[in-house]
Amino acid sequence: MASRGSAVVMTLYLLFLLVPIYWLVNMSLKTNAEITGTFSLYPLNPTLNNYRVILTDSSWYMGYVNSLIYVVMNTALSLAVALPAAYAFSRYRFLGDKHLFFWLLTNRMAPPAVFALPFFQLYSAVGLFDTHIAVALAHCLFNVPLAVWILEGFMSGVPREIDETAYIDGYSFPRFFVRIFMPLIASGIGVAAFFCFMFSWVELLLSRTLTSVNAKPIAATMTRTVSASGLDWGVLAAAGVLTILPGALVIWFVRNYIAKGFALGRV
Amino acid sequence: MTLELRGVSKEVAGQIWLHPTDLALAAGSMNVLLGPTSSGKTTLMRLMAGLDQPGTGRILWQGQDVTGRRVQDRRVAMVYQQFINYPSMTVYDNIASPLRLQRIARAEIDSRVRRTAEMMRLTPLLHRRPLELSGGQQQRTALARALVKGAGLVLLDEPLANLDYKLREELRAEIPRIFEASGAIFVYATTEPEEALLLGGHVATLWEGRVTQFGPTPQVYRAPCDAVTARVFSDPPMNFKAIRVTGGEAELDGARWSVDVGDGRYTAGFRAPHLTLEQGRRALPLKARLDATEITGAETYLHLLHGQDRWVGLVPGVRKLPAGAPLTVWLDSAHVYLFDEAGRLARPAPSSRAA
Repeated sequence: MASRGSAVVMTLYLLFLLVPIYWLVNMSLKTNAEITGTFSLYPLNPTLNNYRVILTDSSWYMGYVNSLIYVVMNTALSLAVALPAAYAFSRYRFLGDKHLFFWLLTNRMAPPAVFALPFFQLYSAVGLFDTHIAVALAHCLFNVPLAVWILEGFMSGVPREIDETAYIDGYSFPRFFVRIFMPLIASGIGVAAFFCFMFSWVELLLSRTLTSVNAKPIAATMTRTVSASGLDWGVLAAAGVLTILPGALVIWFVRNYIAKGFALGRV
Repeated sequence: MTLELRGVSKEVAGQIWLHPTDLALAAGSMNVLLGPTSSGKTTLMRLMAGLDQPGTGRILWQGQDVTGRRVQDRRVAMVYQQFINYPSMTVYDNIASPLRLQRIARAEIDSRVRRTAEMMRLTPLLHRRPLELSGGQQQRTALARALVKGAGLVLLDEPLANLDYKLREELRAEIPRIFEASGAIFVYATTEPEEALLLGGHVATLWEGRVTQFGPTPQVYRAPCDAVTARVFSDPPMNFKAIRVTGGEAELDGARWSVDVGDGRYTAGFRAPHLTLEQGRRALPLKARLDATEITGAETYLHLLHGQDRWVGLVPGVRKLPAGAPLTVWLDSAHVYLFDEAGRLARPAPSSRAA
């Protein structure tokens, strides 16, 4: 009985959780006529045509390429800045360190919309408008503080004596950091990268405001898909499925550490 | 190879962690830093290593001033109380890492790592990772890494404190052998007088950030220069009683014995094992009250109250005595130290001079 009960719970759980995703996949495999004309729980005439449209039309697939470019740039930038910063917060005492550390989070206290206007004006003025680096830099404002918080937690879990032993052994600081320290907090780096990636991947407002053609992200492409012949439901659904995939892939790699990441490394 | 500290002190956030200290460690000597927790052992050791910089004073290595020089250039080795190894490397790579940084030829590294591993009995474990080893093996790995590079100064900060009893005895017996083989200056911090006596060499006793005495270990044990040193270097702590000397005779509980010091007030000090329950030769009867007894296998600790003073006695055998009852204990006057009013040693115990 107990196992049947848990099976029921499991079924309900999967039903509620996966229905939206199932419906998206379902739609992406249908024709527009079937989507708008009939109700069917599964595609009656399964077609991959919607995916073909996306993967062959450069105005579609360039959206993915643009998004991936600035997301990867942003993740690399955020980690490159956050690693030394987090090390300083975890290992050194300096004037105002606790306040600085807390106020890092102020940038996360406001919605991105607040920064859309100043960023737009600033980047236009310095000629960075509609470039990948513009979006990557804008997202750093949100991702660097979070990455610093996550990495600081993981770093503080490593005893300071390891640093000292390495110096005594003759390691220089950069060499110690790369050879000894980074492997020790590899899971923290993975989790921080995951959070940066996910924020940058799903963030729409800033990325749409700061781009027009050359660096237009996929999410923006999806919102501008109303054509003369009406809404192209099937292609839009296929685009949605392809947008979920990178996130799912990244989650798969850090699945064992995510809980620790949400606790900012302080478990 | 000698290490000399001249007037070295350390202050952190307005608190004095180490008062100005002079210390000279001879080439190839074993030096024990003995003192209770937060007495300054680790502070002193970190200054010797160069991990911290002294507030005042100079540190000289082979006559050369090395104050302020980077740790990487100091040619020291250190082992901590916690088992510190590089978790992402195998035991072999852990031991080899200081040598690789010195750009030594691969064959030379291999032979030195294997020789050190053999000495530390790690040969069968070379390809494991430190976290797969027992505490004792992890600490052996840390010791091997400290020894392999042939540093002139090896600092061991309570290396055995986190090990269980059995492993501790085992590793402690090996340390003198390792020390002999290395030819380096060893500095070994411990809280336990017994450990200091077993290791021999020289001992520096520390109390509240001050080195109270530095000298050959047996000598410091037998003739501590003051009451503080005597307290640090006795486990259980030394028992004290304020007494008065008149006409060349000391008096304690009505019993008198002749001493060769001037008249005045003194503090008598004696160690726990010298209190006995049977009357011996020249023994002074002391009327105390038994507070509690602790039986540890073949010995019994007596916790005594004598007036305002708390004493501890250690007697052989299992004694079942009623707590709270008056108890006469005996003390051979040959085991009594006398400290003057400033706490300095006025008269070592006659028995310690004979030894």
